[in-house]
Amino acid sequence: MARFGMVIDTKKCVGCMDCVVACKTENNVPEGYNRDWIVTAANGKFPDIHLEIQTQRCNHCDYTPCVSCCPTGASHVEDFGKIVLVEHNKCIGCKACLAACPYDARFIHPDGYADKCTFCIHRVEKGELPACVSVCPTHCMYFGDLDDPNSEVSKLLASRKNHSLIPEAGTLPRIYYLT
Amino acid sequence: MQELTTTRHNLHIDPSMTVWGWEIPVYLFLGGMVAGMMIISGYFLFSKRYRETNCACYTLPLISLILLSVGMVALFLDLEHKLFVWRLYTTFQIASPMSWGAWILILVYPVIIANLLMGPPPFLANKFPKLNNITTFINQRPRLIQNIGVANMLLGGLLGVYTGVLLSTMASRPLWNTSMLWVLFLISGLSAAAAFVHMIAKNVKERELLAKADNGFLTIEIFVIALMLIGLLTSTQVHIDAANLLISGSYAPEFWVFVVGMGVVIPLIIQLLAVNHKINHTPIAPIMVIVGGLILRFIIVSAGQYSHWLNAHFK
Repeated sequence: MARFGMVIDTKKCVGCMDCVVACKTENNVPEGYNRDWIVTAANGKFPDIHLEIQTQRCNHCDYTPCVSCCPTGASHVEDFGKIVLVEHNKCIGCKACLAACPYDARFIHPDGYADKCTFCIHRVEKGELPACVSVCPTHCMYFGDLDDPNSEVSKLLASRKNHSLIPEAGTLPRIYYLT
Repeated sequence: MQELTTTRHNLHIDPSMTVWGWEIPVYLFLGGMVAGMMIISGYFLFSKRYRETNCACYTLPLISLILLSVGMVALFLDLEHKLFVWRLYTTFQIASPMSWGAWILILVYPVIIANLLMGPPPFLANKFPKLNNITTFINQRPRLIQNIGVANMLLGGLLGVYTGVLLSTMASRPLWNTSMLWVLFLISGLSAAAAFVHMIAKNVKERELLAKADNGFLTIEIFVIALMLIGLLTSTQVHIDAANLLISGSYAPEFWVFVVGMGVVIPLIIQLLAVNHKINHTPIAPIMVIVGGLILRFIIVSAGQYSHWLNAHFK
């Protein structure tokens, strides 16, 4: 069984926000909300300064506090690719999952349910890439099975220096940033 | 220099989380206070104090039912997908404290009602005369009354504990992520309930007993607050930052003045003087305890949402 994850090459990302626009278009994300977004992280002291542009979204963690806190089972890990999803007609909008996410990746959709990145499961099931990955003009985003040592994502992680976001929160996120 | 800029501006998420407004603190407070009332009333039943006709165990169940229902209305108002609320009761999610809470609440009602039926208020007894049969049935069985007392104490304890566990299981919010939170909420609920009974008790002995008990609860609460802060201060940087939100940060004035000062220390001094017969019993101290308990929930819920793993990196 696949365990999907994403690898993002920060050396290639220019923060053009094509991924953000693609996600909003593909998934009808309502105005004023984002399932993915761009973060610019600057570290260091001039002249020794490091700038990293990251496209961020739900990390589809291996350990999922958003799923375990859900009182109705609406938040769940899908068998297909271990993608973390929300079943809209089971969600009561209690917002426990929003508070439980260390990445603040979820929000309440104007229709009342918790919403977030789905790794475009409707596309992936058809063998396509998530919308954000497919439109990236610099090809900085890679999507694939982290459990398959021959997948492009696994090879990149084995060969390049990388980090995940807030690993100290202990949720084992599945989005990695190549540095 | 460490600087983050983000293009995300999701409602109630950015720049800091405010997804839970007044409804959750009000519910947590009322739930905690009702839990305390159930434990006190249950103790009165178990210790056979119910034999005195003006025992608070006859007035507390109705008040508990009203307060708990108000709390549940607040909880319902907080839901964003209200029409789907019934989904809570189509499943039991063992890892979800909120699921536990939903089912505990279902069990709490019949137990409080059993206590209520021991001596239903006249307006209920007159409207539903058949209730007298149940009242007679219960009152002829002292063991049953004691068991109702035990059930009230047990479920009251579970209710009080769950209000804290609900927040403390969220490792993503460092201020909540302390195993002392359920102790704090349980003891604060007990002290608010004791203060309330102290205020309304008709029985002089009971009033005196509850004032003494409240002094005990308030003293324990000081230690629990101290231990919670020490626990956070000796943990990771994000937990230290979370504790500092209360100790010297943006929530410090409200925390020290309204929760610790006016909610615990001053009423404790007033009630210590009262139980030692230096001054008369006054409703001021119990009111301060109750208001302090409510403000404690507001501060913990708000500051907890503000506390974040990223705070340690960016100052």
